Amino acid sequence: MNAAKRSITEQELQAYVDGWLSLSRQAAVEQYLAEHPDDAARMRDYRAQSEAVRAAMRDAQPAVVPERLLRAARGGAAVSRGGWLAQTAAAALLLAVGFGSGWTVYGVVESPRDSWFAGVPADTELLRVATAAHRVYAVEVRHPVEVRAEEEHLMGWLSKRVGRPLGAPDLDRFGFRLMGGRLLPASSGAAAQLMYEDGGGRRISVYIETHPSDNKVAFRFAEEGGLGAFYWLDGRSGFALVGPLQRAELLDLAKAVYQQIEM
Amino acid sequence: MTDFSRRLQDEIPALRRYARFLIRDADRADDLVQDSLERAIVKRRLWHKPESLRPWLFALLRNVYLNQVRRQTRRPTEVPLDQVFPQAGRGEAQTSAVMIGQVMAALDGLEPEQREVLVLVAVEGLQYKEAAMVLGLPMGTVMSRLSRGRERLRRTLTGDSSPTTATLRRIK
Repeated sequence: MNAAKRSITEQELQAYVDGWLSLSRQAAVEQYLAEHPDDAARMRDYRAQSEAVRAAMRDAQPAVVPERLLRAARGGAAVSRGGWLAQTAAAALLLAVGFGSGWTVYGVVESPRDSWFAGVPADTELLRVATAAHRVYAVEVRHPVEVRAEEEHLMGWLSKRVGRPLGAPDLDRFGFRLMGGRLLPASSGAAAQLMYEDGGGRRISVYIETHPSDNKVAFRFAEEGGLGAFYWLDGRSGFALVGPLQRAELLDLAKAVYQQIEM
Repeated sequence: MTDFSRRLQDEIPALRRYARFLIRDADRADDLVQDSLERAIVKRRLWHKPESLRPWLFALLRNVYLNQVRRQTRRPTEVPLDQVFPQAGRGEAQTSAVMIGQVMAALDGLEPEQREVLVLVAVEGLQYKEAAMVLGLPMGTVMSRLSRGRERLRRTLTGDSSPTTATLRRIK
């Protein structure tokens, strides 16, 4: 038994599986796992089990919340403007958008937000655009980015066009290096995509757009055909992190992006 | 609508899922959710805001459930988990439907205590101390149930019946 083994507890291994470790402990666990293939295989199995149970239980979730439950949550108070019919319709719309495009969106049924009245919910649209852009550009061999990371004007240019100050999140400690970025069309004007790649050639992208209206949506996870995405709205900005990774790994990256990008 | 009600509504999908997992009958699960929401409205001042709402609601729902179970003279027959959460036409996903079915069947074979911890942590994303709060257990107990449950599940799925080192390893 070597020093690394003694310093990593089973509890930390579990926390690694669930994505609750601090970045420094995560690095220590990863180093330990690199040296202990049996434990590494065990952790991979645990993560796969969690994904399977999560997929089963969340997918089987009945689509629309019954009115009696919505009413109970309102405490039987006077029905708010728009009424339950509008809420059910909004929930149904979100489901139609989410599932119609083949996505498994977790935690779908939600109370309506102002932005929904504009039509498609802002966060689902964000998810759709960010992943579509990822699919198009991540496979590019020669032109994955429009402006390479080495060019100094990259972030200045994107900040100016997107309409908010942007710094490129540093994901080096996860093994992901910034390749560069590009400008994308978005419903609100221009959006930015930053592309990262790791040593194994896996590519992830960070998508950033701005909105005229203020909105907050906490971290959401969605997956489709091998791609996972975390996305969130924070004030007038919307963000998505997309990549061919498992939820726990993507969550760590999303947390790092979130911490670094908020200014 | 008050902020609290809005938050409650956001938690309804998770509450329904947890209730179905406990009761295994969709209609009775929704009855339980309704009872719990009504109780949450009455008790809303007992929730302290920075605290996450989900574990508080789960603990409340679980208490309502346990009170109902205690009042019942006979236990209802248990529906298998993979029937409670059937696979609605999944497209191609990272995890295949076959594997999901196997995992759900294996999950059903766990001790109920291990199963519940796993679901709270892996499906609902509760932190360990939050799961401990919901279950009214010390965190160490939650952790050992989690690691034992995971290892048991893994061994069932890989068909390995040899004694395990992981479950015997002491949790610090």
